[in-house]
Amino acid sequence: MTRLKIGKIVLLCLFALCLVVAGVEMRTLRNYKETLVKGPGVTGSGRLSDYLPKLKGTWADTNVYYFDSGKPGATALLLGGTHPNEPSGIIAAFLMVENAKVETGRLIVIPHYNRSGSTATQPLGAYPQFISIKTDWGKQTFRMGDRLINPLDQWPDPEVYIHYPSKQMLSNVDMRNVNRTWPGRADGALGEQIGFAAMELIRKENVDWVVDFHGAELLYPVTNCIVVPSQSTVIAQLAAINLTATDFEVHVEPSPVNFRGVSHREIGDHSPALPFLLESPDPFLDQPTGPKTEALELEGKDEFLLAASKRGLLFTDYDESGKSMEQRAGRHITIVKQLAEEWNNMFPDKPIVISSPGYTEFEAEGVGAYFTDPSSVEENRLSLE
Amino acid sequence: MAFVITTVYYALCVYAITFLAINFVKTKDWQKATLQLIVMLPFLLRVLRLK
Repeated sequence: MTRLKIGKIVLLCLFALCLVVAGVEMRTLRNYKETLVKGPGVTGSGRLSDYLPKLKGTWADTNVYYFDSGKPGATALLLGGTHPNEPSGIIAAFLMVENAKVETGRLIVIPHYNRSGSTATQPLGAYPQFISIKTDWGKQTFRMGDRLINPLDQWPDPEVYIHYPSKQMLSNVDMRNVNRTWPGRADGALGEQIGFAAMELIRKENVDWVVDFHGAELLYPVTNCIVVPSQSTVIAQLAAINLTATDFEVHVEPSPVNFRGVSHREIGDHSPALPFLLESPDPFLDQPTGPKTEALELEGKDEFLLAASKRGLLFTDYDESGKSMEQRAGRHITIVKQLAEEWNNMFPDKPIVISSPGYTEFEAEGVGAYFTDPSSVEENRLSLE
Repeated sequence: MAFVITTVYYALCVYAITFLAINFVKTKDWQKATLQLIVMLPFLLRVLRLK
């Protein structure tokens, strides 16, 4: 056997090793199931495909949880995981499902709105596939997904993505961004089908307001804020003023009228529901940071962002204490509760009363204290995400 | 329509893998052989529906 042939065999073996190692990691992430314990407030659960049957059996189909107080009032919808690489929204949604109670009105929660995107990491992102939160009983592990739909579920991307129905031309990859595919269409690409199914849910369940949980870079101006169209502005401004006075700083950003496909624009334009998009500052998302580790995602401490903060380059406050998951997930939930209060002041004949631990409780005890041990509950209270 | 386009793209991946594999076998330059394998990896991962 010649040296060349031996070399090629060695190369093939190395190639096969790379393929197997990478393949096992990718399959593990794709098939990992997170455990969620349905809390005492959950009165029912379903699937997004209940509103668009063709999603059934696809990776886009996802769990929907209902909290029905039995008392007439408003209905709110919370979306976690629109961008799965912004996990504070997913964790906030999990914590709501496990801990929230609704005393008046109805609440609907979708923890993994972009379930497909949560099953793949960003190519060349070099970040962990999972993040785990310590609890008294072990750890609660979450998939760390990509911003976009997994290309295994929607591929290829077009040269230019033309948004439906506005025909606005957007970046090609945004066809897999489920916050660019609202209001969607039943016969469109998978991302558009997800948007359409969610709009059907909003219409059929008579949803009055929708909150879309996100995270944002500290170097990005639209961070630490509530993004709203004009019809949601008064409620958002009142919530921001009250929260800034009592808990944490948050401000309101207007939804640009000509920026199509986003939840804070299309939901309000295609249904009576009021949309709110929450941006929680997430240091992990900024580019000039140290290694993208699990600790950076959970604690939000980074020396390079600290240096940027001292030079006044960030759009939010930042110091040695970082931006922990407790703060970020807690902000989402506390803002939701404040929005409910402002809604009730504005529409007292259609109230919604939500109770849940939030920013203060998570800061004091950690989010891990609010996850229930799956082995301690009956099987019918368990759900796989 | 989307299904047809996706299927065509998968077929293109198989086509690329086939010719990369043929070139890998034929080449007498180990650097080119290494290059063929590196280029082939993402095509294979997609066809095997891993990434």
